[in-house]
Amino acid sequence: MYAPIRQGTDIAFLLGVIKYCVDNDKVQWEYTKAFTNAPYIVKEGFGYQDGLFTGYDEAKRDYNRSSWDYELGPDGYVVSDDTLQNPRCVWNLLKQHIAIYTPEMVERICGTPKDKFLKVAQMISECSSPTKTMTSMYALGWTQHSKGSQNIRAMAMLQLILGNIGVRGGGMNALRGHSNIQGLTDIGLMSNLIPGYLTIPTEKEPTFDTYMSTRGFKPLRPDQMSYWQNYKKFFVSFLKSMWGPAATPENNFAYDYLPKLDLPGYDILRAFELMNEGKMTGYFCQGFNPLLAFPNRKKVTDALSKLKFLVVMDPLQTETARFWENHGEHNDVNSASIQTEVIQLPTTCFAEDTGSLTNSGRQLHWHWAAGTPPGEAKHDTWIMAQLHLRLNELYRKEGGAFPDAMLNLAWDYKDPEEPSPEELAKELNGSVLETVIDPNDPTKVLLEKGKQVVSFAALRDDGKTASACWIYSGCYNEAGNNMARRDNSDPDETGAFSKWAWSWPVNRRIIYNRASADTNGNPWDPSRKLLWWDGAKWTGYDVPDIAPNAKPGVVGPYIMNPEGTARLFTRGMMRDGPFPTHYEPFESPVVNVIAPKIRGNPVARVFKADMEQFGEASEFPYAATSYRLTEHFHYWTKHSHINASLQPEFFVEISEQLAREKNIQLGGWVRVWSKRGSVKAKAVVTKRIAPLICDGKTVHVVGIPLHWGFIGAAKKGWGPNSLSPFVGDANIETPEYKAFLVNIEPIAGPVA
Amino acid sequence: MFPPLPNPTVKPTPAQFGEQDLIRRSASNVAPPARQLTPVAKLIDTSKCIGCKACQAACLEWNDLREKVGFNSGVLDNPLDLTPASLTVMRFSEWINPETQNLEWLIRKDGCMHCADPGCLKACPAPGAIVQYSNGIVDFDHDRCIGCGYCIKGCPFNIPRISQVDHKAYKCTLCSDRVAVGQGPACAKACPTQAIVFGTKEEMKQHAEGRIKDLKSRGFKNAGLYDPPGVGGTHVMYVLHHADKPEIYANLARDPRISPIVELWKGVTKYAGLAAMGGFAAFGFLHYLISGPNKVSEEDEKKAEQLTGSDVS
Repeated sequence: MYAPIRQGTDIAFLLGVIKYCVDNDKVQWEYTKAFTNAPYIVKEGFGYQDGLFTGYDEAKRDYNRSSWDYELGPDGYVVSDDTLQNPRCVWNLLKQHIAIYTPEMVERICGTPKDKFLKVAQMISECSSPTKTMTSMYALGWTQHSKGSQNIRAMAMLQLILGNIGVRGGGMNALRGHSNIQGLTDIGLMSNLIPGYLTIPTEKEPTFDTYMSTRGFKPLRPDQMSYWQNYKKFFVSFLKSMWGPAATPENNFAYDYLPKLDLPGYDILRAFELMNEGKMTGYFCQGFNPLLAFPNRKKVTDALSKLKFLVVMDPLQTETARFWENHGEHNDVNSASIQTEVIQLPTTCFAEDTGSLTNSGRQLHWHWAAGTPPGEAKHDTWIMAQLHLRLNELYRKEGGAFPDAMLNLAWDYKDPEEPSPEELAKELNGSVLETVIDPNDPTKVLLEKGKQVVSFAALRDDGKTASACWIYSGCYNEAGNNMARRDNSDPDETGAFSKWAWSWPVNRRIIYNRASADTNGNPWDPSRKLLWWDGAKWTGYDVPDIAPNAKPGVVGPYIMNPEGTARLFTRGMMRDGPFPTHYEPFESPVVNVIAPKIRGNPVARVFKADMEQFGEASEFPYAATSYRLTEHFHYWTKHSHINASLQPEFFVEISEQLAREKNIQLGGWVRVWSKRGSVKAKAVVTKRIAPLICDGKTVHVVGIPLHWGFIGAAKKGWGPNSLSPFVGDANIETPEYKAFLVNIEPIAGPVA
Repeated sequence: MFPPLPNPTVKPTPAQFGEQDLIRRSASNVAPPARQLTPVAKLIDTSKCIGCKACQAACLEWNDLREKVGFNSGVLDNPLDLTPASLTVMRFSEWINPETQNLEWLIRKDGCMHCADPGCLKACPAPGAIVQYSNGIVDFDHDRCIGCGYCIKGCPFNIPRISQVDHKAYKCTLCSDRVAVGQGPACAKACPTQAIVFGTKEEMKQHAEGRIKDLKSRGFKNAGLYDPPGVGGTHVMYVLHHADKPEIYANLARDPRISPIVELWKGVTKYAGLAAMGGFAAFGFLHYLISGPNKVSEEDEKKAEQLTGSDVS
């Protein structure tokens, strides 16, 4: 079943499917009523009109989100209407919000023929049956939109009303773009996070108490777990892991040592904006190739050219490390004018490392080095340790504005020059720093000093435990390295494989698995049991989310939310709205038919100079998108001769119709250009990329794969980032790689 | 799912078949082998292929061959055709089904079909350059190949390619070296979707039946197995969603047969030809006696080097 869709219109499609399910009574009602916030009453004052929610401030490109919340009763709990009659309950507001997304509207916006859309919607809606489940597997392209987070949310909402989350074979499954990107996120890769999805304090939180005051997570419904109530235990254990004995109750566990953010975050777009403004002058680039990966390559080159120094840590030669080299039209820079000092530190690749990889299913797989590093290549851990030791020495000798955070950093590794992967894994797991005696029984030792904690359930907020990443607690405890387990038994073939490696949290294979059973604790589908209530406790094939003795009908499955339920309406937690809404990409071939005055996502951050660099459809009529090919992996495999031979040369893909219109020959040369740059490519003319009809207008699509650069075994070429716009998602700033505008024309090829 | 073969032991394993299992040998007679090996087969399910070319990469890696970094010619196929290094290539076809108006992207992994009645072997004039084992594998012995190219003429699928470097014919061996130690072909091992599976021919036929049933239940009423009888069946078979139209899969032969000229060669012409060859050989010997051996000039060497450089980089 194939239903074409114009890039950047997923929300219209998905809200259309939700509307279809609601209109045709294809909703898993018991699940939706009991396990989502559908019955909760939203405050008076919240509303939506013409593409905007209440509280919009055009000058700030932001909302005052105070009205996006529940109505609380006198008991402090959310008011709920289980009959779903109240016009202000989430369910009725949702119905109102999606009313516009009729099959006809989906066709107008997405270009998906109505009959194809209806067929897909009908197939999906069948999964509202408790015995049918759909899974959503999306690749990260779905996040590469100025409303990427809301794309994912829209699908999650659909999965919720179908009752497909927390059950076997269901879920929202991100297929991450690298083998260990899940792991990087888990241990705090993002500029506003510390490990385990705890957040870095902001300037508005100068003290431990102000920080904790907004992290109480009091339950919003009676008897709910609201697991983030344990935040302080995880946070204090993290600080103890960082600073050991220097983190004391008296100094609030060295809270002052943590940096305080002056901005919401230092995402890549902001970092390059700051470099370009000359405000960020040094850049450590570890395992990234921004010259080919980040949008508006011209701006990236300008930014790198203004740096004092650039350090590149990578197993491969990267274009970024050579950004200053002139490679003719493929990298046309004036090397003499660039003063950036570039230092390359060759690192090892995955097969030369021991350690763990966390996959998209949250499983931590231990692996062993299979080879020795070539040449001068060093493990990243060795390089980081050397940097730390040398910087520390400078701080020790010269002082500096605030050396304490550096000098007191816990660094008790067997070999300080190179911490071992096992030591680091044990540190993530956490250990007991001081013996804890049972207050009710002085003969009973609860936690014994020096032992690894069994799981995060043992972590404490009094400084007696340490754990660098609470969600990884349990990965390497007194039972040993659980990530290295290789028992592939799977009793009753449930697909859990619970003795294979280890998954966070606490080896749970399906998260929110309480939702696999109905309100009485009986599995929705007896042929696909996961967990059930046996009259006294929860039992089954997986580790339950909720307390094993929590009676059904009391504690909700969504334990991380103070409501205990999943959110169809997200309150004020996302910058661009409590419900997803269709917005066009910033560069779109058509105007937004439901809100013609709005360009792009109305709250996505746009730097001033970048706003001026958006192209118009009149000048750039074609809808471009970027993607990977099966023959290559990012910018790595162009270094491998075999991969290079399988797909040797940069090309763009266009339809037969566009080729005819523009007189472009199969295999001929074309120039593709946007407001920001221009590339030359071979033309692959294909039936697979057919023009779409959107609101009566023909939209031609230009597909631009991303595997070529000016270094490696493949032929020299360009990537889509030479063309794509410098704007990201309103919530997490992932750049809008998937939808932008270009023009195209046939050109004479280079003289051979 | 067809259970994949387990990983091999790290201990050296003796070959499970060899010279003693030949049932045919080009331009020679073989004594019937004492045992019959179980016929093997590779099954390529075009409906499960995603065109990733992992099979192409695995083939180059296992056989330690390197294809040159070519160019894009407006399609995803690369290289565009089989070569002495690329013993298998993916062929991509965009076909609009006239019944449904749906675009179907048909991807076929092309390469030697290992015919039960191998036209290449029958056409080959070099004794022992092409052999067939009783398990069905048709293999080339490059030490005996004279580079005449008759195997290409004899092949109903246009598979072998002559190297410009060593003037020998090359084609897929069904990874006879791997099969000899109980492993399947490298391409099957690398395939991420089990579009390529390997086992006994009987097992493969059974597995295909299940796949065909599944495809029929999904509306492909002409789904079927490609195991063409015109060449006695093949040890590389396809599951096709449209088995009634093999030609839509990048011109897969509808009814492949060995060219009548090759069949004729096996008859009268063979002996006439041999007589003529004997005559040429005698002339050659005389020429040698009179003019002495041929010498390799410097220019020849240079040309050889250029060819080597362009073919294997």
